Amino acid sequence: MGTFIQLVVDGLSTGSVYAALALAIVLVNQATGLVNFAQGGMAVLSAYIALELVQLHVPLAIAIIVSMAASFLLGAIIERYLMRRFERGDPDTAVVVTIGLLTLVTGVCAWIWSYNNQQFPSLFPSSTVSILGAVVSVSSLGTILVIVVIMVLLQALFLGTKLGLALRAVAINPQSAAFSGMPVGRLLMVGWGLAAALGAVAGALVAPQLSLTPNMMDSPLVYALAAVILGGMTSPLGVVVAAWLIGVLENLAAVYLPFIGYDLKVAVPFILIFVVLLVRPQGLFGRKAVVRV
Amino acid sequence: MTLLELRGVTASYGPVQVLDDVSLTVPDGGAVGILGANGAGKTTTLRAITGMVRTTGTIRFDGADIRGMRPDRVAALGVAHVPEGRGTLTDLTVRENLRVGAYLRRDRKAVAADMEYCLDLFPQLRDRVRSNGSALSGGEQQMLAIARAFMSKPRLLLLDEASLGLAPGTAKTVYEAIRRLRTESGIAMVVVEQNANLAFTLVDSATVLETGRNVLTGTSDELRGMDEIRRAYLGG
Repeated sequence: MGTFIQLVVDGLSTGSVYAALALAIVLVNQATGLVNFAQGGMAVLSAYIALELVQLHVPLAIAIIVSMAASFLLGAIIERYLMRRFERGDPDTAVVVTIGLLTLVTGVCAWIWSYNNQQFPSLFPSSTVSILGAVVSVSSLGTILVIVVIMVLLQALFLGTKLGLALRAVAINPQSAAFSGMPVGRLLMVGWGLAAALGAVAGALVAPQLSLTPNMMDSPLVYALAAVILGGMTSPLGVVVAAWLIGVLENLAAVYLPFIGYDLKVAVPFILIFVVLLVRPQGLFGRKAVVRV
Repeated sequence: MTLLELRGVTASYGPVQVLDDVSLTVPDGGAVGILGANGAGKTTTLRAITGMVRTTGTIRFDGADIRGMRPDRVAALGVAHVPEGRGTLTDLTVRENLRVGAYLRRDRKAVAADMEYCLDLFPQLRDRVRSNGSALSGGEQQMLAIARAFMSKPRLLLLDEASLGLAPGTAKTVYEAIRRLRTESGIAMVVVEQNANLAFTLVDSATVLETGRNVLTGTSDELRGMDEIRRAYLGG
């Protein structure tokens, strides 16, 4: 029983990291209609910014907040001066541009900070607590908590605020949004900025666990995309639950299914996606797009 | 008093010039029709007003020069554009669509009252407030587009082919609602319409465009009496 709980909590914690990135992807998608493959790369850059500040003896929490603010600006600038040229055109082109951006950002990080692993301090103490006989690390619990808070905030942003409504409206039909007086360009910048700031949180959560390298986020990005597909692009709650499901099932399968073990656990989310897409193509929580013809 | 004035307006999409020399005057509270065949420049005239196309000439709204102004700025001055194709926000519910229309307003109580008014005006929408825009029929989407425009509390409504693609009965219902809106709110209107019979039930005067120029302008009664209008637009 103890092992089981430990596996579940650890799974929730890894899942929370995927969730942070997945939420950033959902945010950009809700606000611009695109999938941003560079989200992981931008999160790495944010983590390096935070690390630079920490090395200048800035307290970690403040360093992360400053890196979030810097990432917000960077995201907004990328939208304004790069993505803006492609948003009106073919969405496939824009997505390929984000893949190019991922390569570019990773390359720039490697150029400045090299490919060597760097230690990134954790926000949480390295102590453990005991829950129902299982030894659970405080950092796992902290990570989970941070994600729950972000998810609630995002859900409230999209469903409860004028800004959230405006972000969604601009993504769905920029012309109608403009005719209703929405400053389309500025809202697109805000959407990218918020997602980049959220990515900075993801970076700060991942970096202590994996140690910071320019391509640290590559595999979390794959899991995050899996969570996005699984949870449905329109639902922050769905995406987080999907990311947790992936983290937990992956852990449990590795231990309890000898056939899978640690070598094949990477396949778990994809088997899950395969099954879900067969049964519910809109994702577990996504709204079905109904089109009257 | 003149609310909207276009004088000598030209407009082009890239190298293709669509408007050659268009003039239009809309008095405060008045309703003016724009008639004409496909490709005459009716839609482009509306797009010129809301800054969706590159223009030269004079475009003034309520005394201010609005030519070349961004669409959201024009909207903020009180011009609501109901575009061709209805511009439905497909993934938002009917209620959310109406809230989008009220984006610039801060007077919450009045917004709630106007939303009720819209749902009274279009009872079909009331039954569907929680439905996604994409689940509505063409007629319902047209009603939603008009209601969304009204929610911004405009002084001028630009209506682009509100009857397009609708069954005759539905088109009539939509125009009756617009007429009621006009009487009850006093909003000025520019009405682009291929179905001149429908347009004449709503507008006081109209202009006929041909290849981007005004070829005829007059009151509804004058135009209705003209043989060439009858032959071209009124079905004999």
